[in-house]
Order: sequence, then C-alpha cells, then structure tokens
Amino acid sequence: MSDGARVDTPEQAAFREHCRSWLVANHPGEPPVRLPQSAIEIMNSDQMDFLQTWQKSAYDAGLIGCDYPEFCGGGGHTGFQRIANDEMIRAKTPILPNVIGLGMAAPTILNHASDELKAELLPRLLSGEDIWCQGFSEPGAGSDLAGVQTFAEPTGDGKWLINGHKVWTSLAHFASWMIILVRTDKSHKYDGLSYFVVPIKSALGKGVTVRPLIKMTGELGFNEVLFDNLVVDDRMRLDELGKGWQVAMTTLLFERGAGNLDTPRAGGMTSKASFTTSVGAVAKLAKETMRGGKSVSEDPVMRDKIMQELVKEEGFIQTQRRARVPELTDHPMRIPLQGKLQVSEMHQRTANLAMEVGGAKGSLYLGDEAALEGGQWTLGYMNSFGFTIAAGTSEVQRNILGERVLGLPKSK
Amino acid sequence: MAQPKNFGYDADAAALKSQAEKFFNDRLPVDQLHALVAHDSTPEREPVVDWKPEIWTEMVELGWSILTVPEDKGGLGLPLVAVAGLIEAQGKAACPSPLLETLNVGLVLSHCDQADAGFEAILEGKSVALAFADQHGSYEPSTTQVKADGDVLSGTAYFVQEAGKVDALLVAAQSGQGINWYWVDKSAAGVAVQQDAIIDLTRDQATVSFDQVSGLKLGSDACAAFAAAQPAIAALLAADVAGAGEWLLQTTVEYVSVRKQFDRPLGFFQGVKHPLVNVMLAIDETKSLAYNAACAYDCDEPNTPKAGHLAKASAADTADFSASRAVQMHGGIGFTWECYVHLYFKRQMHSKALYGDAMWHRAKLADIVFGPAAA
Ligand SMILES: Cc1cc2nc3c(=O)[nH]c(=O)nc-3n(C[C@H](O)[C@H](O)[C@H](O)COP(=O)(O)OP(=O)(O)OC[C@H]3O[C@@H](n4cnc5c(N)ncnc54)[C@H](O)[C@@H]3O)c2cc1C
Repeated sequence: MSDGARVDTPEQAAFREHCRSWLVANHPGEPPVRLPQSAIEIMNSDQMDFLQTWQKSAYDAGLIGCDYPEFCGGGGHTGFQRIANDEMIRAKTPILPNVIGLGMAAPTILNHASDELKAELLPRLLSGEDIWCQGFSEPGAGSDLAGVQTFAEPTGDGKWLINGHKVWTSLAHFASWMIILVRTDKSHKYDGLSYFVVPIKSALGKGVTVRPLIKMTGELGFNEVLFDNLVVDDRMRLDELGKGWQVAMTTLLFERGAGNLDTPRAGGMTSKASFTTSVGAVAKLAKETMRGGKSVSEDPVMRDKIMQELVKEEGFIQTQRRARVPELTDHPMRIPLQGKLQVSEMHQRTANLAMEVGGAKGSLYLGDEAALEGGQWTLGYMNSFGFTIAAGTSEVQRNILGERVLGLPKSK
Repeated sequence: MAQPKNFGYDADAAALKSQAEKFFNDRLPVDQLHALVAHDSTPEREPVVDWKPEIWTEMVELGWSILTVPEDKGGLGLPLVAVAGLIEAQGKAACPSPLLETLNVGLVLSHCDQADAGFEAILEGKSVALAFADQHGSYEPSTTQVKADGDVLSGTAYFVQEAGKVDALLVAAQSGQGINWYWVDKSAAGVAVQQDAIIDLTRDQATVSFDQVSGLKLGSDACAAFAAAQPAIAALLAADVAGAGEWLLQTTVEYVSVRKQFDRPLGFFQGVKHPLVNVMLAIDETKSLAYNAACAYDCDEPNTPKAGHLAKASAADTADFSASRAVQMHGGIGFTWECYVHLYFKRQMHSKALYGDAMWHRAKLADIVFGPAAA
C-alpha cells in the first residue's frame, strides 16, 4: 500500500491529475506477447522491447524518477513517485522492466557515487534505455554474501582487473550495466569488499560472458556471468575502497523495500489482464469451481482455509497502513523490514491455496487450455519460490527481524 | 472509503494510551499483580475475585469507564480507536478491572432505543457487564436462557464476564415481544452470582441466576443491538490480545537474551529466534486489524462487520500462539507458578474463546464473502 496517512499538497494533487490524464491517453493497451508475472522473468526481446518502450514513455511523461534530482535525469520533486506509482497501478499498466536498476542500482548510485557518475548513469537507467543487473551472489556466496570471491586487482594505472563468477543474475541477458560486489582484499571478510558498476553488454566477449540459466518453471530470466580479466576504470568504484559491504547494505535495504525513497512501481497488467495473486481471486475461483456437484465455496473446510488467508492478507494491508502512523508503531524498522518476507510468503500460500481449490486442474500448466487462469496460478506458485529465496531468503529475513528489531544475538 | 488513513488515531488518542501505560505500570506492576491474583496455586481452589477496587475508582475518575457513552448522552466523544489504545494498554498490564465489560455495555446501549437510564448509571461511575450467553457458551443473545415476564426476570445467564466486580448487569431476556435488554442491579433481590472456576487469574466470570428479579427495560431487539456493537467489542478484545501478546513477546525476548545454554544466549539459536519473529508478525497483524475494526466502527459502517470478524479471528490465533511460544521458550522456569508468564498465558487462553473463537469468526467472514453456507 503506497498510500499512507499523508494528504496530497496542491502540487502533488496537480501531479496526480497529470498522471491520470496521461495514463488514460497513453496506456499501451493489450500486449502483443505473453508477458511474464514479474520483470525478473522476462525471457525474450519481444517482451523486453514492449516493456522498455513503455518505461521510456512513462519516464518521458515524468512518471518515473520523479523524486530524483534533475541533474540525474529525475524530476527534482519529493513525494511524487508514490503518487505516480498509485496511479500506474490503478491504471493496470505493464510492469517496469528495469526493476533492478530502479529498485537497487539507482538508490545505491544516488547515495554512494560521484556527481559525475550519477549524471552519466542515472538518466538512461530511469528511462529504461539501460537495463541493469545485480552481481552479488556467487556459487559459494548466497545467504552469506560477504563470502564473495570475485576479485578485483589493481593494474597500477588507475584501472582494475576483474575475475570471477556471479550466478542467478537476473536480467543479465539484457543488461548494459551491473552493480557488482567484489573482493579487493583477501585478508578481511567484510572490510575486504569493494563495490563497482561495470559494463556488461558492451564488454560481452571482452572479459564478460553471460550464460542464461533455465528456471524450474522453464522460463529464463537469470544467468551466470563470468568475468575473465575485465578491465574497469577506477572511477566506476562507488564509495571508498574496502567499503563495499556498507554500499551493499544500501542496496539490500532498498531491495527489501525498506529504503527511504519510493521505488518507481507499475503493474497490474499481464497477458491475462484480470490476473492478480490475491485472496479475492482465490475466492472467485472457489465460487466458480465445482466439486461433487457443489461449488468449492460451499465446502466448510475450504471456506475456513480461504478465510484464514483473508485474515493474513487484510492484516498485512492494515499493517502497511499502520506503518505510516508513527503513534501506532514502536520500533521504526519493525514494519518496513517485514514487507519482503510477508509479501513473498503470502503470495506463496495464496497461489498454493488456489491450486488446492482447483483440484485436479491445479496441476495443468501454461500449455493446457483447461488450466486455471491459463496456468498462471501454477506458474505463480512456482515463481513464488524465487521471491522467498532471492533478496535474502525467508530464513535470513527472520534472522534480520530477530536481530535488528527484537535485538536478539546475531546468528552469523 | 470513508476511513481516514491514520485510522483516526490522533494526538488525543496517543496521549490517552501513554497515560494509561504509565498508570498501569505505576498502580499494578507485574510483581504486584502476581502477588494479588496468584496467591493460591491449588488447582481445585474456590474461585475468588482478586482485584483492587481502588484502582478501578481511579480509572472511573479518569473518565475511562464512560468512553463508549455517546457524546450526546454525556460521553466524551472520543473515537473507538482511542479506546482501543487504552484497552491495548490494559491488556499489556493484564490489570483486573471491569473496564472492558463496562465499555462493551456502553457500546450495546448505543444501539438501544431507550437506554438513557443505563448511560446515566455509567456516567455516575457504575460498572456493568453483559449477561446473555447460554450454557453452551454461545455469545449471542438469541439463545439467552433468561425469560422476562413484564419487567420481571427469571432464568440463568452464563459466562458473565467480571460479574464479581460489577455493580450491575445488562441482561438479555426473552419476553413475549422478542428478546430485550434489561438493566439489573447486582444487589437486587433474587440475583445470585456463582463464580466460575476459570483459569484466567486476571479476570472473573460467573453464572448468574435471576429469580423473579425486577429489571428496567433499556432496549428491544437485543440481537440487533448486539450485532451492531459486536465489531466494536471484537476490536477492543483484539486490542487487549495485542497488548498482552506484546508483553509475552518482550518478556520472552528479554529472557532468551540473558539465559545462556551451549555457551550462547538462547536467542542466538534460530529454533528460538524464528518463532519469536513469527509471534511478532502475528501480534502486528492483530494490532493492525484491531485498529482497523475500531476505525471502521467509527466511520465506515458498511465494512464494520467484516472488520470486526477479521480482528477477532486474528486475535484468537495470536492469543494462542503468543502464549504457547512464551511458555515454551522459557523452558522449565516458564512452566512454574512463580514465573509471571502463566498470568498472561491464561489471560490469552481466556481471550481466545471470549466473544467467539477464530473458527466462529471465520465462518461469519465466509458468510460475508461467499454468502451463507448452504445447510
Ligand atoms: C529468482 C531469483 C533471482 C535472483 N536474482 C539475483 C540477482 O539478480 N542477483 C544476485 O546477486 N542474486 C540473485 N539471486 C540469488 C539469491 O540472492 C540467492 O539465491 C539467495 O541469496 C540465497 O543464496 P543461495 O541460493 O546460495 O542459498 P543458500 O544461502 O545456500 O541457502 C540455502 C538454504 O539455507 C538457508 N540458510 C542459509 N543461511 C542460513 C542461515 N544463516 N540461517 C538459516 N537458514 C539459512 C536458506 O534460507 C535456504 O533455505 C536470485 C535468486 C533467485 C531464486
């Protein structure tokens, strides 16, 4: 819920009006291709072209990057992005393809890069012309991110030589740029890390190899990225040498939705325009699904199960609302740090419940005409594990909540 | 949607809550609470009513007991969200008092057609409880086992909350013309209060019988009045559960941060840490749904029944979960009578079933979402 206790100022109200009328006139309409459920599942260039064109037009209309400074290609406002987000979601627009750029790279660059680099990189990031990816995880460093071994070695003439192996890198197959966490000192785990932005597309075959990985759903979307003597200029380093961990914490804070800047967000439209993962959608499915000559919605056990999930969903929505009322919250990070964990697990349970409601049809997939919502629930259930694993697994989120909010000792 | 985004929880509400937190901390800290209510551990003990009437007198003087009297009847005009904050504080302190019941009666009377005498009594400082449940514990006036012949009541009301503490009862009784609400002074001739042996040491409950007791009729159509008040009652009870849950959580967090096993504080271990995080998530859900229901009651009538059921459905589960994890994570000490945790464990067990358990509220929710279940 992006709307909180705040009320629009006159400027904000005028901006909301602008968003509404622009969206009425410029909504791109039904997509020509099957769209993925989220940007990290974009498989092919037909999907990407359509979505990039949409992001660029929304950017040009001032709906994206509104709260970024003008010299970074932003609108120079405050509190406008949340309005644009409200309106884009209300208008059921396509999703924004440059999610990692907008949600992670941009706020990190804003907080840690030189002004020169900000001016150079951010405009094409916000417009979606440059797609970004995040090179954090490695085969040996997932939850224990500070274990990364990809190594940057100084060449002596103001450049770095990067060698190593990143994995599960979402969108690398379309990316122009990567935010990357590398080791610059092997003798210190945390203080031996540094943070760079590195070119991908322009360096393909010149030190960078991108190999798509196939997901359990059969979709593409993430990749392995291999670095073999990639040469990078020192001015591409964010913040000081050895401060990579602190910079990465900024990225993770925003990745988990707990940053202090609203990330541009749009969506609501997929290839099946009506599909959203919600308990309301499960309830509708239950009404329409017959079992033993009766609607599933008349089965007392299924009624109870669906209502259990409704309580959780509504509880989450109201907790997000409460997060905006300081008098009704104790620890300032208590609610923000719950968001990622709660949303990802809620979607997982909800999609699973839909499959249960669907019974035998629940296991039909995208290629079957009789599948539930064209197979979207089944796909959604599988994809939900991407979200309970990526960006800090649910287990890691519980560690963070226990340690940062409840103050329990670290399990590290 | 007519609801304000901040639940209508304003500075006055916040001030009331912090005043209440301070008051309860000061008047009845948990060690004194334990000494007051847990002096007899005998399982078969005779039920007694342990409380401090002088604390209640102060609460009345602070104006807390009249907070659900409508403004045009002499009340203070505070929204229910503000009252929810007060009750959350009382739940956190587990303070024995007839506050919640008196407020519940105020809510029911607000939906009665001739309630003035009841409001006047509450404004004078009288405490009062609802007497309407049947012997099976159905918290619905429709099955009341009290009968009215004219204004003379006979029969029995079960599961009457705080009956040992209150001055009066609001009784649902079946008359020739439907079920009505009657005001009865507890001291009236023919009223007999038999305390139930409940596990919750911070509350009391009784079976109350009426033998030719003269009552004062305050409302006809008791079922409709109760149905209208029920979401508000659910909101307040959920706030109590969230408050008690927070005490259980914080107390357990403190314990597992200090107690060491295997050379480490217990909270280091994820088998301890993760369930406590889950308790926190559950409390936050219940707290949010409690304020949402209170706000709906204040200004969003069409969504009020649903919001009330959501709140108590969540609260019942949270009551259970927060209580069970607190005892478990305290280990052997948590299983003893001397550890304060059992006071809150038992309060939560009582709150869980009070005014409808989770299954019942979810069944009502399903009726709203899907339409009534076919017979
Ligand atoms: C769809 C998807 C997209 C992704 N996109 C990107 C991307 O763009 N860029 C990027 O850098 N990475 C990306 N990742 C990688 C992701 O960040 C890692 O998968 C994640 O951090 C977990 O690391 P791991 O896979 O090595 O699992 P592991 O760390 O090996 O964990 C395996 C299991 O052990 C549990 N576990 C691990 N440590 C602990 C602990 N301390 N306490 C309790 N349980 C623990 C985990 O919760 C998990 O259940 C993506 C992953 C997915 C699934």
